[in-house]
Amino acid sequence: MTAFLRRRLILATSLFAALSLVISGCGSSDDSASGGNCDAYESYGNYEGVEVEIYSSIRSPEAEIYQESFAEFEDCTGIIINWNGTAEFEAQLPVRVEGGTAPDLAVFPQPGLLKAMVATGKMFPATGDVSAAADEYYGADWKAYGTVDGTFYAAPLGANVKSFIWYSPKTFADNGWSIPTTWAELLALSDEIAAGGNVQPWCVGFGSGDATGWVGTDWMEDLMLRVNDASTYDAWVDHSMPFNDAKVAAVLKEAGKILKNPKYVGNVPAIATTTFQEGGKGIVDGSCAMHRQASFLGGILSADYGATIVTPDDTTTEGGITTFYFPGVTADQRPALGGGEFVGSFSDRPEVAAVQLYLTSPEWNNKKAALGGWFSANKGLDVANVADPVNKNAVEILKNATTFRFDGSDAMPAAVGAGSFWKEMTAWVAENKSDKAVLDAIEKSWPKS
Amino acid sequence: MARKLRKRDVEVVKTHLSSPWASFTAIVLATIWTIPTFGLFVTSFRPSTGINSSGWWTVFTNPEFTFTNYTRVLFEGRGATPPLSQYFLNTFAIVIPSTIIPITIAIFAAYAIAWFDFKGRNFLFFTIFALQVIPLQMSLIPLLQLFSGGLHIGSFTVIPSFGITGTFIPIWLAHTMFGLPLAIFLLHNFIAQLPRELIEAARVDGADHFKLFRQIILPLSVPAIASFAIFQFLWTWNDLLVALTFGGGKREIAPLMVRLAEMTGTRGGDWELLTAGAFVSILVPVAVFFALQRYFVRGLLAGSVKG
Amino acid sequence: MIEIAARQSQLEQAVSKLTGLTLTILIFGALVAIAFALSERTGERVQRILKYVIFLAPALLFLFIGLVAPAFRTLYLSFRDARGNESVGWENYQWAFTQPEILDVLRNTGVWMIVAPIASTGFGLLIAVLTDRMRRPGLVKSLIFMPMAISFVGAGIIWKFVYQFEPNERAPEIGLLSQVAEWFGFVPTNWLLVNPLNTFLLIVVFVWIQTGFAMVVLSAAIKAIPDEILEASMLDGASGWKRFSRVTVPMIRGTIIVVLSTITIGALKVFDIIRTMTGGNFKTSVIANEMYNQSFRALNYGTGSALAIILFLGVLPLVAYNVVNLRRERSER
Repeated sequence: MTAFLRRRLILATSLFAALSLVISGCGSSDDSASGGNCDAYESYGNYEGVEVEIYSSIRSPEAEIYQESFAEFEDCTGIIINWNGTAEFEAQLPVRVEGGTAPDLAVFPQPGLLKAMVATGKMFPATGDVSAAADEYYGADWKAYGTVDGTFYAAPLGANVKSFIWYSPKTFADNGWSIPTTWAELLALSDEIAAGGNVQPWCVGFGSGDATGWVGTDWMEDLMLRVNDASTYDAWVDHSMPFNDAKVAAVLKEAGKILKNPKYVGNVPAIATTTFQEGGKGIVDGSCAMHRQASFLGGILSADYGATIVTPDDTTTEGGITTFYFPGVTADQRPALGGGEFVGSFSDRPEVAAVQLYLTSPEWNNKKAALGGWFSANKGLDVANVADPVNKNAVEILKNATTFRFDGSDAMPAAVGAGSFWKEMTAWVAENKSDKAVLDAIEKSWPKS
Repeated sequence: MARKLRKRDVEVVKTHLSSPWASFTAIVLATIWTIPTFGLFVTSFRPSTGINSSGWWTVFTNPEFTFTNYTRVLFEGRGATPPLSQYFLNTFAIVIPSTIIPITIAIFAAYAIAWFDFKGRNFLFFTIFALQVIPLQMSLIPLLQLFSGGLHIGSFTVIPSFGITGTFIPIWLAHTMFGLPLAIFLLHNFIAQLPRELIEAARVDGADHFKLFRQIILPLSVPAIASFAIFQFLWTWNDLLVALTFGGGKREIAPLMVRLAEMTGTRGGDWELLTAGAFVSILVPVAVFFALQRYFVRGLLAGSVKG
Repeated sequence: MIEIAARQSQLEQAVSKLTGLTLTILIFGALVAIAFALSERTGERVQRILKYVIFLAPALLFLFIGLVAPAFRTLYLSFRDARGNESVGWENYQWAFTQPEILDVLRNTGVWMIVAPIASTGFGLLIAVLTDRMRRPGLVKSLIFMPMAISFVGAGIIWKFVYQFEPNERAPEIGLLSQVAEWFGFVPTNWLLVNPLNTFLLIVVFVWIQTGFAMVVLSAAIKAIPDEILEASMLDGASGWKRFSRVTVPMIRGTIIVVLSTITIGALKVFDIIRTMTGGNFKTSVIANEMYNQSFRALNYGTGSALAIILFLGVLPLVAYNVVNLRRERSER
């Protein structure tokens, strides 16, 4: 589903701080850049007025921050970077590629789409420099997600972590609830909250326009890593294990313990019509206690519902929200589910490779992170540059996770990962479709070749 | 023509026809039609936190208004983002030719199909009618290939690429192609209904098809052209897909809709901006509708058509 | 400094765009004028051929490049695999008709094709007639017309604020329909989940948009009816309804069919409304939406093209009806 998580990593607090910084610094930035030190950029070469288009699904206000992070690079190298973000990215990219007007660089939110674009024969493998930089600054698994059939095409860009449950420390403290550390404890806590009667234990929203259902796939993925193990997860994603296998059924059954329990989530069918943005508002106003969603959610809750991102010890701030780790079946089991995007090239012009290389550098990653609301899996990223507590936590999880897995639905064929999987998870809650019918239908939709 | 009416009779008839009940019903319908839009209008002045927690009708008992949404839509954007005025200009640069060119070509074709005698004109007419259903998405890739690379059979170049990618020209051409079937269909319906005697009389007077078209058909078709022009104008004004696809990702030629879609935010939840943006983009089309309304005045055709 | 330069270049850009725009229109106008001036000077023999070249050829050329050729390409792709590399025979069509949801999709498409055009045309005709003799119809017509001027994104949000359902009983409703239901003492339900009501609720959005189109076209047709005919029927003592059904409707019958046909095609192609409101879930999907999903989500051009061809076949009954109708009209003339 990450297609639609689309780097919603912005935490508004840090975003607005960054914006005001940028705005106030606006007048002087031109002077400082032109008069500044360009030595660091010498290795990228010198160009005069050449343009590089980066095509992506990332739009305002994040797009402006990306653009801002390129300013010095642009001034020093003479390359003009055009960040072109559109909601129609997934549909438009294939059209532009087939139509002969491919962008220079594209930011792929899913490995599946990258694979499809490599298959068109219009992509260029990453240059040796980019490949070496990826080896140096990213883990082997991250590099592998940008690799198709043994050839490395796309270098990692941003990242997010999904294995989070959002809650309000104040609500928890006021009611004397404690953070669960195992799946069983989580269910027990849910029962306890439900028994209290005032607060609904969970808020869930699957709604996301034509991508409705992706939240459900995230629940499945997180639980797949916990109820089963990483190798089962991989078999599930690459379809060496059928989608209606007993192991998958076991996961869906666990998910149903929360998602299909009216005592926990209230009106079950309404999950399908509640947008994922609205889904989390209950933890801000205190009408529900917990909400499972990736690290980016804080930005939405603070911008649209007036939440404040706090640390877990801050139990006094009204509307303060933070996260705890989505617990494993046992307390020592700590797998992490995440996502990220990858930059692939449709051009062999040297300035395009220079931009791609720059995006893998620790310099740029730190610069971008410092502008707020963003982090990456770059090993050179200094946690000190990541301002808000949830993202900081996410970076730590990325660095220390014993098992890290990429969003599974994004790696599945689009017919499943952006099709039947979403649709069936939606029907599962909206129409009370049975576990077996859901899994059988997804299995049947898996493309044969 | 009909019978002669005395002046007093005519007046009696006119007042009878303009029944107050008819007007009342029309006003009620118009009100119902507008309530959803009105809700959007009210919403566009509400702060985002209010939008998400209470219905828009509650503002009447609990007023809470802001202009932030509009100032953000109109003036937000820094550095590389051009001001909104540029997007307005681009929209006009796209919409005006994309309305004039297809209508001109369509009215020619409509006239030919309606009044030229040639074999297979019915077949041609219904083929064009059926072409309307071809989903525009199916044409995107082949057209884009044509515009960016030209047309080649083997090593022989049938149509060169002209290097028009990144200009307004592909957008104009695409809108022309996609707008033609409906334009021809609607205008044909109008032109075919012109009285045969009128055309034949002109032919007898020695007018060739060119003169006939220029002196008789065109002046008579003004209301039909105006009606269709409004729709073609609106479709191109509100179009996102064609501009995105054929604009080659160039910000310099992107229209308003592309900017608004971009502004809605990666998170997709910024309704307050969408609501304000929707109203900014609605102003021009509604103004155009008002301006062209006088072309629909009663009696413009009376006496010349049928009767 | 840089900012001033940027502003200057923006101004230059604007000027060059405006000149380009004016030049384009002038050149286009000049081309048409020259073609006419020259043609009128030629003899009858030359004109016999020239008239096709000037009047018909441009449209045919554009239609061929923009629609006919891509349609054949679509037909070809519908027999190929996902990337168009290998032939798969009828497999894509087989797939289309063995989809488990296909019956829902076909049924919904049928409902859309019948209900949406009739409702839009009916409302459009009603308003056109009601406002025909109004003193100041401008405002009423503009209000009915306004939805046409709203983009699909805008329409999606507007109707979200109508159909929204709040599952939390303690929280206030945001959706107007739910609130109105509450005011009248009903318990609001999750409207978009109730099948088959939800398909009709989506059709309401479409009708809300398309009525403006029907109204404008039908209104122009009604205005073309000579005053004398209506007034004569009036003096003959015909009641309002009789005047409407015996005079107005028969006089504009051709236009009504045109409007119905156009809106039917629009309904056949509809997918934006469905995507934004339900994403095709809850048994509301139609063929056009499935086509979009296959081509641009699943990136399977084979199955997407097959669905496009099936969609195209859906228009054939409509074409047949129009053929019959045109024949009749011609014989009447």
